[in-house]
Amino acid sequence: MIPEFGHYALILALCIALIQGILPLVGAHYGRREYLVLARPTAQIVFMLLAIAFVILAWSFYVNDFSVLYVAEHSNSQLPVMYRLGAVWGGHEGSLLLWIFLLSTWTILVAQLSKALDEFMVARVIGVLGLVTSGLLLFVLTTSSPFERLLPAAPDGRSLNPLLQDPGLVFHPPMLYMGYVGFSVAFAFAIASLLSGRLDAAWARWSRPWTTAAWVFLTLGIALGSWWAYYELGWGGWWFWDPVENASFIPWLVGTALLHSLAVTEKRGGFKSWTVLLAITAFSLSLLGTFLVRSGVLTSVHAFATDPKRGIFILIFLSLVVGSSLALYAWRAPKNTLGGKFSLSSRETFILLGNVFLVVSAGSVLLGTLYPLLIDALHLGKISVGPPYFNSVFVPIMAPLLVLMGIGPWTHWKNTNLISVIKRLWLAGLVAVCAGIAIPLIMGQFTWLAGLGFLLAFWIIASGCLQVVRQARLGKPTRSFIGMQVAHLGMAIFVIGVTMVGAYQEEKDVRMLAGETVTVGGYQIQLVGVNRVPGPNYQAMRGTFLLSQNGKPQATMYPEKRSYFSSTMPMTEAAIDVGLTRDIYVSLGEELSDKAWAVRVYYKPFVDWIWGGCLFMALGGVLAISDKRYRIKLKRASA
Amino acid sequence: MKAKFLIPLILFVILVGFLAIGLSRDPHEVPSPLINKAAPTFEIPQLAQASQTFSPASMKGQVWILNVWASWCVACREEHPVLVDLAKSGQAPLIGLDYKDKREDALVMLERQGNPYVLSAFDADGRVGIDYGVYGVPETYVIDQTGIIRFKHIGPLTQQILNQKIYPLLTELKKS
Amino acid sequence: MKAIVLIFASMLFLQTAVANDAAPLADDPVTEQRLITISEEMRCLVCQNESLAGSRSDLANDLRREIRTLIKEGKSDEQIRTFMVERYGDFVLYRPPVKPITWLLWIGPFVILGIGIAFLLSYLRRRNTLVSSKILSEEDNQKIDALLNTLGKNQRDGMNG
Repeated sequence: MIPEFGHYALILALCIALIQGILPLVGAHYGRREYLVLARPTAQIVFMLLAIAFVILAWSFYVNDFSVLYVAEHSNSQLPVMYRLGAVWGGHEGSLLLWIFLLSTWTILVAQLSKALDEFMVARVIGVLGLVTSGLLLFVLTTSSPFERLLPAAPDGRSLNPLLQDPGLVFHPPMLYMGYVGFSVAFAFAIASLLSGRLDAAWARWSRPWTTAAWVFLTLGIALGSWWAYYELGWGGWWFWDPVENASFIPWLVGTALLHSLAVTEKRGGFKSWTVLLAITAFSLSLLGTFLVRSGVLTSVHAFATDPKRGIFILIFLSLVVGSSLALYAWRAPKNTLGGKFSLSSRETFILLGNVFLVVSAGSVLLGTLYPLLIDALHLGKISVGPPYFNSVFVPIMAPLLVLMGIGPWTHWKNTNLISVIKRLWLAGLVAVCAGIAIPLIMGQFTWLAGLGFLLAFWIIASGCLQVVRQARLGKPTRSFIGMQVAHLGMAIFVIGVTMVGAYQEEKDVRMLAGETVTVGGYQIQLVGVNRVPGPNYQAMRGTFLLSQNGKPQATMYPEKRSYFSSTMPMTEAAIDVGLTRDIYVSLGEELSDKAWAVRVYYKPFVDWIWGGCLFMALGGVLAISDKRYRIKLKRASA
Repeated sequence: MKAKFLIPLILFVILVGFLAIGLSRDPHEVPSPLINKAAPTFEIPQLAQASQTFSPASMKGQVWILNVWASWCVACREEHPVLVDLAKSGQAPLIGLDYKDKREDALVMLERQGNPYVLSAFDADGRVGIDYGVYGVPETYVIDQTGIIRFKHIGPLTQQILNQKIYPLLTELKKS
Repeated sequence: MKAIVLIFASMLFLQTAVANDAAPLADDPVTEQRLITISEEMRCLVCQNESLAGSRSDLANDLRREIRTLIKEGKSDEQIRTFMVERYGDFVLYRPPVKPITWLLWIGPFVILGIGIAFLLSYLRRRNTLVSSKILSEEDNQKIDALLNTLGKNQRDGMNG
């Protein structure tokens, strides 16, 4: 009975979303006020209906209602409660509902926090968001309803893939989708300004905090996914250039370009059409990512169960949304006015140069991801494009960008004397070169790649320190400034983590009997024993390992090998001793014939700096949003 | 000045075109690089009579079919009736390659479901399978009189594939 | 006699005092290292996008065993790659081979980067002259002022884009 209410809520939401999408846009075009004012109320109703639908689905999981097909396919009565709720978005239908629910969440936030905005603009923005919501709701209702019944009800569910039975599942998808979906706001603003024919800088000012917020969520979402894979998959990798990972990274790269481009457009009024194009592209890439993951077009560890019908629908939806946006762009963008003048050597130029690098790197990741498809579609055979390609291409393109990051913030708007900038930075350059040479030597082995990594990271850090010192002399820094420093610092921390782990990680694959010790990275790991341990929905063999350094015990580690009742494949739960400067990673393999166990141990120096760097980047974004300018708007908006 | 604003749209349309074609392709299917190349040689014991061996060289002069199967493979059991039909048609001799199987289990399966094979070779450790690029059982090869592989099908055979691809190919090869 | 007992006792003591070092899982760590380097760049064909090094599937185990044999036979990395490609096609390599159909893939990004930067710089130069020519002269500004004054407006709108 209750799941049917969920279904009806979705149908009703579709009807209202259509009204939300069509009437305000019509109203804005013809100047019909009575249609304009429908924008906010319809958005509110859609949000409430989707919230109801979402809660009903969650409820079905909570009470183990296996008469709902989706619940039966992804949950199980033995599943712990937390994972039952996470399972709501563990499959295609539920995750799509989450997508739409978060879209309406962003819509409602825009509706509530934009009281100071011109009502034509508001109507257009909410209208565009309504159209996108309608399309997705139509998709869900025709091909992917989570409320489909299974009659007679199954006695118990198929359960959730053990890999997904992890706190990561509870946080990673919502965070990621908040980011993906958040770019729809910048998209809606861009379309609204194209529709109005007035491509002024006000649009950029309004878009900026929303875009930054979406970018923060996406950064955190990707970082969470990477960290989850690291500790869950049992062999310590943190990024695989898997098509689905790339699908989230490409919008991130374009989103970063968009963030910086919006700064130019807001401050100097320039490059409006480029920024509009970036806004359209970022969201289009989010949609493209959705398509790639759910259509079966690419092989991936992450791919949802595929169905060609769904693939066709998403492709049509994608074509309509992106195609019409780009057509609108081609028609209206040329009419915009030029911004202020700036010389070739200026902050504007540096930001735009950075844009080029970001967009090209995004393009190359996209090219690598889609190339197998391209070759196959032309009947030229089947090839694979994997990590070796991406690492070879991505790193050389990003390296110059890191150099720019150290110089850019020193440049002035309009015009800057490059010679004087370089003169200020000589100290940073020196620090960078020293770090590039010294750190690899300290770590025990110099490689050019490691040297380059540390050089670039410390270049950014040193340049940032000099900036902070200089700013301190000039007066209190704005939140915006601090945000930029923190975010750029985050990037440097990230690069240090990647370089350290890439160049200096140690791994040992050994057979261990109780009492034996393996040494890695200066640490000793001794196997005490392996015992059988029961779990809520699995049986495990748990190893007890003593970690010591120089004879001094540091920790006890308990890696497990779990056999879930619902799956035939055993799962490895690695034990990780987390530290600021290193992780020790112990993974239990198979039991060998002579009662020994196969054990894999890793010493991973500074690996947590990878995700720490991402946290700093996100923090920087949050600080930037909390800048005074936006707080004033918030006060005015709620007044 | 205005034309360049159309570039994003044009690029997008091209992209959608490729994606649409992509929907009709199967990214998991790996085409064999062995087509139109000589069938790799091997000599391994037979399944039923371990003391006797089989080698593809012994099939030179006729068009024949090699089917890779195993008793533990569910899809092979589904495919089995189609193979029995193929054998009955008498169009080409069917040789089995029992892949990474246990002798007893394999013989039991043939007894229960019928034996469409002239004989089966016993590839205990999968070495021959690797040479033939086998990555998922069942797989079927059509090999011509000079020992060249002309066709490979991955996955269980169906009557449709027999009628549309294999029988016509056999006819054509026998002509030359 | 006492000496012999003492020696035996101390030997036993030494045995237990020194921690037992675990033996490497592989028979030959050098071969294993090469195996990992080679198989990391290869795809496991039965898995959904896992490397041959990391996969635990049956076929992956077999193929790794095969590669170990080839390494022991003294084959070079290139020869081993060729062995795999002969049987499974280019699909098995994660590093796409550089041949005409992959030129676009390998060269493309750098070419586009070069074009992008060149285009940006030349566009910026052109833009500057365009903007300069659009900036109104002082004379024109005075004319506008006069016009606006006659219309009863005293404020002059800012010029900006």
